[in-house]
Formats: sequence, C-alpha cells, structure tokens
Amino acid sequence: MAKKNRMSNEINAGSMADIAFLLLIFFLVTTTMDIDTGISRKLPEKQDPNITPPILKEKNVFEVLVNRRNEILVEGENFMQIEDLREATIKFIDNGGGKDENGEECTWCGGARDPESSDHPKKAVISLQSDRGTSYGTYIAVQNELVAAYSDLRNIYANNKFGENFDDLSDEEQKVIKKDIYPQIISEAEPTK
Amino acid sequence: MSKFKKKKKGMPGISTASLPDIVFMLLFFFMVTTVMRETELKIKTPKLPQADQIQKLERKSLVSYIYVGKSKDGTAGDKIQLNDRVSNISDIKSFIFSERATHAEDEIPYLTTSIKADMEANVGTITDIKQELRDINALKINYSTRNGSALDNMK
Repeated sequence: MAKKNRMSNEINAGSMADIAFLLLIFFLVTTTMDIDTGISRKLPEKQDPNITPPILKEKNVFEVLVNRRNEILVEGENFMQIEDLREATIKFIDNGGGKDENGEECTWCGGARDPESSDHPKKAVISLQSDRGTSYGTYIAVQNELVAAYSDLRNIYANNKFGENFDDLSDEEQKVIKKDIYPQIISEAEPTK
Repeated sequence: MSKFKKKKKGMPGISTASLPDIVFMLLFFFMVTTVMRETELKIKTPKLPQADQIQKLERKSLVSYIYVGKSKDGTAGDKIQLNDRVSNISDIKSFIFSERATHAEDEIPYLTTSIKADMEANVGTITDIKQELRDINALKINYSTRNGSALDNMK
C-alpha cells in the first residue's frame, strides 16, 4: 500500500520543458506585435436637408483645396507646398483680429490681429475640400498638418499658462483648452467629381 | 597527480533545472501579448500612409476594420475588404450592423471603424465609405497610419 502511494507521488517533470517549448514556439509564431495607431476623427451627423447651414464670414474660413494632381490650393489664390501648410494654418487660427460671439477678444492669441483674417479661434473654420482622384496619402498628409496646427497651438498655450506640455495636463485642463481656447473646427466638404 | 585528475572530472554540467521556469516565463509573456490575426487579406496588403498626430487605438474588441487597396490580380480600381472577403461599398452597412450585433448595447457608441487604406487609394473611395458610415450613424472613425513624417506621403 505504502509503496504504491509513494510511486504516484512523483510525476516525471522531465518533459515539461519540451511541452513549454512547443507552446512557446506556437505563440512566437502567431504573435503580431503591431499596435494600431491612426488619426481619429469624428464624422458629422447626417444633416437635415431642410436646414440651411449657418452662413460664415469669408474671412473666418480657411479654405484648403486639394486637386487630383495632389496640389494644395489655399484660400483660392496660391498653391502651397505641404511643408508650409502648418504655419499658414497656425497664422490663420491664431490671428484673433476680432471678437467671438460673446463679444470677447482673444487675449491669448499670438497672431498678427489682421482684421482681414479670422476673428477668434472659436470662430475660425478650416474647410477642407478634396477631389475624388486625390491620393489618400496626400489627403492624410493634409489632415495631419491641420491637426498638427491645432496641437501646436494648444501646446504653446499650455506651456504659457501651466508651464507644461498639453499632453501632461490633467483631463480637466485639457478639456477646457479643447473646448474654450482652441476648439478644433475642421469641416470637410464633399469632394469634387 | 590524483588532485589534478579530480579537478578534470569535476567539471560540472550546467544545471537545466530552471530551464522550464525560464521557458514558462517567456511563454506567458507571449501568451499575454499575442493577438491572433482574425482576418486574412484577400487584397494586396495596404501600404499605410504616415502621420505624426496619431493616437493609439484602445480596446481592440471595439474596433472593426475596413481594408482598402488594390486587388491581387492587378485589376484596376480600389477594392474593399470587410471581414474575410472582397465586398462592395453597399455591403458596409450590413457589415457594421453585424459588428454591432456582437456587442452589448452600451458599448455601441464606442465602436470605432478603422480604415486601413493604401496610400495610393482614391479619396473618392474613402468618401463613399464615410458616407455609408454616416448613414448608419457609425461616426467614430480612425484613419490607420504608421508613425512617421506625413511629408513623406507626398513623395
């Protein structure tokens, strides 16, 4: 009796390593380490066709057109290289030449306060229009630069006010900046055929 | 003499007793980090554009993927893949509805659609997809990109 018990007490663990190796190799082969990253956007809700959209002053709209040859036309007059787009966008948003809808001036704007350009970051709208034949790479590059313009401005503001980068601020502070200081207003028009 | 002999004989083998432990540790690491690829691509693997204003996609279970790229046999035009077959634009709605059916109701507003499109795809195709998504109120989207300088996309 005693002998039998002692026998079953010992399981041979010698092949444990082999089994573990087998599993390890299986997981090594099937694993994919890529992390999904990308530019997140929220699509606008479907519009009621009976409602006419509010009319914006032309000076508050920054028009970016991308044609099917992947050329960028800004404000309907000059072709622009992608490298210059960010700076031009920042200049437009941060202009602060007038008042917002509550009659308050933009006290934090560092722009030229040109009365011919945007009134207030809250009123500044970026309108992006592309062609159906535009390549997706260009489209993403333009989107990226526009988003980058906003994040640059938010970063500058966060550094001046809190002495920290935007990403290091608390959620509350980030929310305030996103909503009341530099709200991201990018409107996408239907592409031309 | 005998002293030397002893030394030679006493060369100890490396103990492999802790080998299973090490292997198990590695095994658990890979088990935890592994993500099984659930779909096989029927179109050419899209060459994703680069961008630097990127966010990580959190909670992969809430993400559905739409692939846009060229077909493998070289026919012209952009092809769309949903799940594991090449589909039409008009299939997107039912695809999203079937994705929604697999989630709890309170998770539905957080469902994100990730568009993995080739750099050379046409914006028209992407717009059609977005229009379909707007129609059924699937508003959260993510343009899948690699981390890098966006200026390289233009070259």
